[in-house]
Amino acid sequence: MSAPVLQVRDLKVYYHTPRGPVKAVDGISFNLEPKTRLGMVGESGSGKSTMALALMRMIKAPGRIDGGQVLLDGKDLVKLSQDEMRHMRLNQIAMVPQGAMNSLNPVTRIRQQIVDGLRAHDVKMSKREMDKRVSEVLSWVDLHPSVGDMHPHELSGGMKQRVCIAIAISLRPKVIIADEPTSALDVVVQRQVMETIGRVQEELGAAVILIGHDMGLMVQFVDRLAVMYGGKIAEQGNVREMFREPLHPYTQLLIQSLPKLDDKGELRGIPGIAPSLLNAPAGCLFHVRCPQALPVCKTTTPQPAELRPARLVACHLYDTAAQPTGSATPVATKERTP
Amino acid sequence: MTAFLELRNVTKVFSSGIFKKKRTVALDDLSLTIDTDRPVVKAIAGESGSGKTTLGMMLMGFLNPTSGSVLYKGKDMRSLNRDEQQSFRRDVQAVFQDPFSVYNPFYPVDHVLEMPIEKFKLAKSRPAARKLMEDALAAVGLQPAETLGRFPHQLSGGQRQRIMVARALLLKPRLIIADEPVSMVDASLRATILESLRKLNRDFGISILYITHDLTTAYHVSNHILVLYRGSLAEAGDVEHVIKHPQHPYTQLLVDSIPWPDLEHSWGKNQIQGGKGAVRVSGANACKFADRCPHAMSICGEQQPPLYRVDPTRATACFLHQDAPVLPRGEINTLFV
Repeated sequence: MSAPVLQVRDLKVYYHTPRGPVKAVDGISFNLEPKTRLGMVGESGSGKSTMALALMRMIKAPGRIDGGQVLLDGKDLVKLSQDEMRHMRLNQIAMVPQGAMNSLNPVTRIRQQIVDGLRAHDVKMSKREMDKRVSEVLSWVDLHPSVGDMHPHELSGGMKQRVCIAIAISLRPKVIIADEPTSALDVVVQRQVMETIGRVQEELGAAVILIGHDMGLMVQFVDRLAVMYGGKIAEQGNVREMFREPLHPYTQLLIQSLPKLDDKGELRGIPGIAPSLLNAPAGCLFHVRCPQALPVCKTTTPQPAELRPARLVACHLYDTAAQPTGSATPVATKERTP
Repeated sequence: MTAFLELRNVTKVFSSGIFKKKRTVALDDLSLTIDTDRPVVKAIAGESGSGKTTLGMMLMGFLNPTSGSVLYKGKDMRSLNRDEQQSFRRDVQAVFQDPFSVYNPFYPVDHVLEMPIEKFKLAKSRPAARKLMEDALAAVGLQPAETLGRFPHQLSGGQRQRIMVARALLLKPRLIIADEPVSMVDASLRATILESLRKLNRDFGISILYITHDLTTAYHVSNHILVLYRGSLAEAGDVEHVIKHPQHPYTQLLVDSIPWPDLEHSWGKNQIQGGKGAVRVSGANACKFADRCPHAMSICGEQQPPLYRVDPTRATACFLHQDAPVLPRGEINTLFV
């Protein structure tokens, strides 16, 4: 395994409200190896978008990064000045935003919006070279060079999203963060956009963090998966292993709630509602909804433990090393009642 | 026998621009009947721009067709008298996409439940009204004590959407039209909302029209499915057949693009762009999918395919199946047995 391109260490992002701090991201750690695709899933309010913004250092007041490190190639992004960070954005770490519809400037041609990004990073080029570069960037995302002369309203949703991808990759960043890039798109267009991101990622050799709540998309796209709950990572590991044998009760319920093709059973959601991150309860945040909660869950926050190689789970069920995993714990892959 | 709701050769054209020159055909000569004798869940699926929301709006009487007619119990919607209108409003209920904008933030959520009780005089006294509200909330799996008296911002999107389902239930309607009820709700809460819709269908005998772009959930909740493409029916029939063995190339493309949360079921290799330019599309009469279709033939560029009944419970509008008998217009309901 090569050295991780991005290391996040105990990252904390709190929103300081008059009623107290909202711990949107509370002590998250993970590594991102080059050329890998990491998925982050979680329900709304689990802190996944806040985390994406924190990696880009785009948290706005009353939010604040209150601790931890974000090491990109060993350089701590949290410590950089605003100006240094501005140079890193797009160049080293870029983001594909959620709503492509609202992310483009409606009164400027696409070409100009791509050129703006390049100019801001001191790319000195003649007009002809710049035109060539724009065409090249657009062709990476399967768009015709003539799209450069259009305005955003002339494009379909999928095309706009691909323009956003084109802008994000125009400087060949090492890390691309895609925050629900396809949430507003149809399945067919969604597949096109995801395949575009996948192909570009392989060509550039970049690493991708895909943020979303669609587990199906994760299975189709990512290598590693991190499941977020209440501002913390409940479980992370290889996506296939996690699907075969989810260890954290939340992951188990999440996977059980998914509709499958061959099993038209009763649809089951996860009981209860997401915790409020303001004045969060003590102990494990999931204990109120957890069917397997132990007394210790109400008092102590579980720490992530490496139960399998490269598989981290934060749950008290696995506290005692003597407890063999798999036998004492119910495995979620069991049959659903028809 | 008159159908509960019927669309008869309905076309809807939206015109825009100066002199109304820009025309968008949202629905193209569509016929459809909805019966409520047997409570079923019918899904209307299609991508954005396929006309599925226009169809829903028309069935709710919010839009009038450009040509053709919408019939409620055999009578044109535009000529309903006051009493009939009242009974229509009671029989057909809606659950909308956005559980955030349907609430007035200044009122507690009780307001949306009290309104229909008041308007339709469902209860004689306040305690009776309260009882009705509590029963409806319990039916959708909400704790009345934790829900009533709260303001919309204190509840999650899933709870708010379930209150909308409870509101629809209060009136004991015959049909609930749910237009993308879960697209703005978290994946983990979707199952709960869809389950409460299904429960209404099962326990209270209410028919459901589920409008969606998500074939995964459509497959799970519905009995029948109608796939729309640019305002025309592409395929219709039993959901089991349509999703598992789609016959129309468009349905095949849709089903192939679903990101199934299944390790063994990866995205297919179906070419998305298809036979671009393979077929010369001449004029307005071509099959609407011809320009994207990987199997397009010369006939596809010349005329629109009728619905072919490929098996007893399914019909598809595609010339690939022209050996099958043509399903006469207005007989779509014979598919749904």
